Amino acid sequence: MNRGGAFRSRWLPYALVGPQIAVTLVFFLWPAAQALVQSLFVEDAFGTAMQFVGLDNFAALLADPHYARAFATTAVFAGGVTTVSLGAALILAVLANRVARGATLYRSLVIWPYAVAPALAGVLWLFLFDPSVGTLAFALKRLGVDWNPLLDGGQAMTLVILAAAWKQVSYNFVFFLAGLQAIPRALLEAAAIDGAGPWSRFRRIVLPLLSPTAFFLAVVNVIYAFFDTFGVIDAATSGGPAKATEVLVYKVFHDGFKGQDFGSAAAQSVILMAIVIALTVAQFRFIERKVVY
Amino acid sequence: MNAACRGAAAALAIVGAVASSGALAQTEIHWWHAMAGALGDRVGDLAKRFNASQKEYKVVPVFKGSYDETLAAGIAAFRAKSPPHILQVYEVGTATMMAAKGAIRPVHEVMAGAGKGWNPAEYVPAVASYYTDHHGKMLSLPFNSSTPVFFYNKDVFKKAGIEAPPKTWRDVQEAAQKAKAAGAACGFTTGWQSWVMLENMSAWHNQEFATRSNGFEGFDAKLAFNTLMLVRHISLLSSWAKGELFTYGGRRNEPEAKFFNGECAMLTSSSAAYANIKKNAKFEFGVAKLPYYEEETGAPYNTIIGGASLWVMAGKKPAEYKGVARFFEFLSSPVVAAEWHQETGYLPITNAAYLATQKSGFYDKHPGTDISVQQMNSKKPTKFSKGVRLGNFVQIRGIIDEELEAVWAGKKAPKDALDEAVKRGNEQLRRFEQANKSAK
Repeated sequence: MNRGGAFRSRWLPYALVGPQIAVTLVFFLWPAAQALVQSLFVEDAFGTAMQFVGLDNFAALLADPHYARAFATTAVFAGGVTTVSLGAALILAVLANRVARGATLYRSLVIWPYAVAPALAGVLWLFLFDPSVGTLAFALKRLGVDWNPLLDGGQAMTLVILAAAWKQVSYNFVFFLAGLQAIPRALLEAAAIDGAGPWSRFRRIVLPLLSPTAFFLAVVNVIYAFFDTFGVIDAATSGGPAKATEVLVYKVFHDGFKGQDFGSAAAQSVILMAIVIALTVAQFRFIERKVVY
Repeated sequence: MNAACRGAAAALAIVGAVASSGALAQTEIHWWHAMAGALGDRVGDLAKRFNASQKEYKVVPVFKGSYDETLAAGIAAFRAKSPPHILQVYEVGTATMMAAKGAIRPVHEVMAGAGKGWNPAEYVPAVASYYTDHHGKMLSLPFNSSTPVFFYNKDVFKKAGIEAPPKTWRDVQEAAQKAKAAGAACGFTTGWQSWVMLENMSAWHNQEFATRSNGFEGFDAKLAFNTLMLVRHISLLSSWAKGELFTYGGRRNEPEAKFFNGECAMLTSSSAAYANIKKNAKFEFGVAKLPYYEEETGAPYNTIIGGASLWVMAGKKPAEYKGVARFFEFLSSPVVAAEWHQETGYLPITNAAYLATQKSGFYDKHPGTDISVQQMNSKKPTKFSKGVRLGNFVQIRGIIDEELEAVWAGKKAPKDALDEAVKRGNEQLRRFEQANKSAK
């Protein structure tokens, strides 16, 4: 047994992973530990007075029926964002993979939205769908749809899901396209010779071979929807109407950043962190089994 | 040290003395603000003019984003031990700043420390009282204050045969019906619903918004706005929402667009919306006082303010505080304060600025611009009408917005919504009280 592996020096491997570990410590573990500590305190905005309150911050949250509802809202939102962004990206990737001419142009165009800041994406979609000035809202009204996301919770949710998913389509597209291009042509040709049509080739060969990519993207997208979407929501709906689009991470942002209630915001982010850890573990334990590598 | 060397040193000293009267020895005063666009340009002008007026101090204005972003930036900078000298904080952050005893330096101390005769009585009482503690000491300098007023589309009113702007809420209903009948898409809308429809309507009718003088007397205040008067008012608006006389247009100032694009015939929003409406409206519009209920005894009283004030942060050098005091004197001087009022639509902060504006004939040339001042000064403020000062007010306004949205959508009865808002808001007040125990 070769315990030293490929490295002759005992320190070289540590030195090589060192920077990555340092980054993780400084930017992930340290803030996470701080959140844990802060969630046990109540303090004023400027941090001049801190009081240890034990688990009171958590108790207050769990006793709040509106907080419980935010879980359901988050589940709908995360499910919606993941489905829409994965679905749209897959369709676009399959189409782009078949394009013979100008493929690079299409690819670049699809990748563009990823560079747009979340708050801008929210504002952009808000302008398109604003009941008074939005161009698409105008079109919807012409079609007889009573479009008013300011008061209709379902429509507001649709709006933020679209805005949040749109940003993520580009990212997913890149991975799907790479995944598609890695599928050996020989397999598809052999299937075609055996009489498989385009749909059954897609279903029986392409999809299973893409499943590792899809699984990875599903995890990434769920995490994105949980953590990285407060900018879109703040710009588009501010969590309204009547809490219809208030997801957990938006509440953290609102109570902590806008309301300066750091204790509660820290407790909320600890809960959020626990949920995402649990979700990721569950995804790896249960869904990964169905993935073909 | 030889002669040549001494000569060089003397020359250097002269150069240094000349330079120090220029930029080198200037004390910099950092001012973090939240004024975007045209208002931001005005803030830049103020600093430039102050800097040109004297040589000792240099005010450096820095735009920090929206009000909440500016406050968050100020707090983060204080925690990192490098706050700016002056921080502009919106009215809902007032309680947070007042509670932060160790983080701020009260304006009355800054002004007294500068050793000049400073008279707090020069400031418009209805504005200054908002930023004054219960011992009568001014804690922050009033800067940009506004109050809600009523805007109406004169063209639509003419077409609908409405003679005078509505005085009472019943007149508004009638006007909205007539405007709709005359083809307007929407009768009435409002910006800042919590501020206009709850906080100001309470003051306008001398109704309690929160106990302990609306929170002015301490952090142990409890919300009390589920009054009969407000339940009736929200019920009336809710019936208008059902009958499509009132259209909800959003929590902040988005509804102003519904007015200036001609969709809604009437709007209640901040007096500071005047400039924006004037720029965008392609019709004649008028400004009037907020409607009221004639059956409420003594109504109307006075309205209360929104906007922001300037806070001085703690931990700076005495020379820097002198500079801040000089700058605040500059801002409060009649000419500067009058110009700021006239150019922005914000309320005049001193009596002298108001009188100067009146004398110059500005109000006659721009009818409606003095409505806000009249409203503020129409009666001596009572303990229910001098303002609202609550901790965690950002969250409380959010709660009120949510509950009102449920009413406008027809999902909740007005009384249930107000009761629920009071209950949920009180939880926020208790959290704030707990967090600021030491600061009472």
